[in-house]
Amino acid sequence: MSDYMDGNMLGGSLGELFSMDVTSATVTCVSCGASWAIAQTRVYPHAPGMVARCPDCDAVLLRLVRGPDRAWLDLRGVTSLQVAMPGQ
Amino acid sequence: MGTVAALRDETATARTIVLDVPGWPGHLAGQHVDVRLTAEDGYSTERSYSIASAPADGQADRPVVELTVQRLADGEVSPYLTETLAVGYPLELRGPVGGWFVWNPDGPASTGPVLLVAGGSGVVPLMAMIRERAAAGSQAPFRLIYSVRDPSALLYADELARRDRAGDGLQVRYVYTRTAPPGSTEPTGRINAATLASAGWPPDESPAVFVCGPTGFVEAVADLLVRAGHGAGAIKTERFGPSGGKT
Repeated sequence: MSDYMDGNMLGGSLGELFSMDVTSATVTCVSCGASWAIAQTRVYPHAPGMVARCPDCDAVLLRLVRGPDRAWLDLRGVTSLQVAMPGQ
Repeated sequence: MGTVAALRDETATARTIVLDVPGWPGHLAGQHVDVRLTAEDGYSTERSYSIASAPADGQADRPVVELTVQRLADGEVSPYLTETLAVGYPLELRGPVGGWFVWNPDGPASTGPVLLVAGGSGVVPLMAMIRERAAAGSQAPFRLIYSVRDPSALLYADELARRDRAGDGLQVRYVYTRTAPPGSTEPTGRINAATLASAGWPPDESPAVFVCGPTGFVEAVADLLVRAGHGAGAIKTERFGPSGGKT
């Protein structure tokens, strides 16, 4: 099965919600504990909305649904979102 | 919103769209834009396209944003972009997008060796890196391994040949999956461990690696690189799905 893309494609949509580039952010999988840059996750864009899965265990990390006037971001499969910030 | 400033055919089925984008903030080599097409009935759809031009290609007040789009026979968006779109047409786009699959000549470790591995039109963001290296005067040694179906499918063939010949630190190896050009001594086929060993960098050089192409291509190449001893953390990948290009 190779009907997936990767998290690089989430940059534009997540960029509507976040002020920095989220594709470089690290997420940790609730299911197996593996850590990935969002860009490395497997993204299935053909579900209603976009579903990012863990490349190791295939668990759902996050789902993003964009409606005409709102967005739903479901982060249930992610224990943390680690973002590099400029030093203070 | 951008406006089409020029169009350039790259192959029989691929076209470069040169865009004038007022207020463009600049970009990094490897980033993409999301292009949105909206029909008269309100139906709209969006696709990501890699930026082919280097950020340093244009002038400071007039950056160049070029997209190279491969036409897919059953595509929803690419036929419009490669056949209908004309100079002067507006194009709705969002970007630049992405900060992970990028090479920055001013970033940390930017002088180290770089391996680029392209499958088909996956060469587009890698071409931006090659152009950025030249535009920025970087001395980082680059090697590109470019897998295509046959010579007619090569994007940027003349420019790559010229930059390769220049001998200033970019080496290009072509891998033809179906038909090699006349006189080629390389066998046709897919990129394999021997290709990566002879045309890439040894793992102990710790190259930064960028792989872009269809999903199956990217996974096969990334597996080969890891088995050859490259750290998984040094390998950055970008995939097309079924809606993307095919090699």
